[in-house]
Amino acid sequence: MEHNQELHSEHSHGYGVYILVWLALMALTGITVAVAGINFGGLTIATALVIAAIKSFLVLKIFMHLRSESKTFRAFVGVAILFLLISFILLFSDYSFIVRN
Amino acid sequence: MSSQEQAVAHVHRDDVGARMGMWLFLFTELILFGGMFILYSVYRYKFPADFHIAAKELNTIVGTLNTAILLTSSLTMALSITAIQRKQKALSIFFQFITIVLALGFMINKYFEWSAKFHHGIYPGSETLLSKPSGEIVFFGLYYVMTGLHGLHVIIGIVLISVMMRFTSKEIVNNDSYVKLESTGLYWHLVDIIWIFLFPLFYLIT
Repeated sequence: MEHNQELHSEHSHGYGVYILVWLALMALTGITVAVAGINFGGLTIATALVIAAIKSFLVLKIFMHLRSESKTFRAFVGVAILFLLISFILLFSDYSFIVRN
Repeated sequence: MSSQEQAVAHVHRDDVGARMGMWLFLFTELILFGGMFILYSVYRYKFPADFHIAAKELNTIVGTLNTAILLTSSLTMALSITAIQRKQKALSIFFQFITIVLALGFMINKYFEWSAKFHHGIYPGSETLLSKPSGEIVFFGLYYVMTGLHGLHVIIGIVLISVMMRFTSKEIVNNDSYVKLESTGLYWHLVDIIWIFLFPLFYLIT
């Protein structure tokens, strides 16, 4: 059993947690659809993306077992996502600069 | 020499390394889709009005239904791993089967959705589409490429999960060694995450 735990850093996750996360994901989808009908102007797209980010976070952390991986492992994934975001931000700031001029 | 003896003595396994390898692959997928999201953003910024009009052609109900289907399939995928951890082999296979059924449901919806578009003459290079303003042409181009590539990933996922079902029934995937199933799960959840972003960006522009 000990050797098992070494191989699988995660412990057996309960079914309940997954069902709760699924309910949250469905609720957030409902919110996205409902909110899409309301016009917040420039914030409309931001709202949709924030909700999508929350949903992704739930999937990454719970469904993809990141909550039970080691710190090194989480840093490994975190750095990759961070760099993806940095490349997005740099590209968009550059693009909006070009458009404005 | 002694290391060789040791290698024979116990089967070499590194589940954490295997999962990390899978994540590395998923990063390349993020870059692949990330590039397309950048393309989408730039064109949406350039043609906001055309994107708005073009998006009205898409069926929000089908999009929402497909989101629910994919989220549920992610749930059953995660549950199948818990089942194998708890030595519930039959239950694990059942959950994997449901995941495949849901994935097929997603593809069937996609088929009807695309067929309806084709029926209205909206497909890449069609006369109806080319007569529209350039922003709309770009929107549908991105729609077909991005949801098409995503659909291809769903099909690959179906194949992978089918293989896992066989592995589980033959006990290649078992209570002690299930990293293959976990990696397939990681892939499937990534496909889900990509759809989480595709859905509001294509179906919910108001």
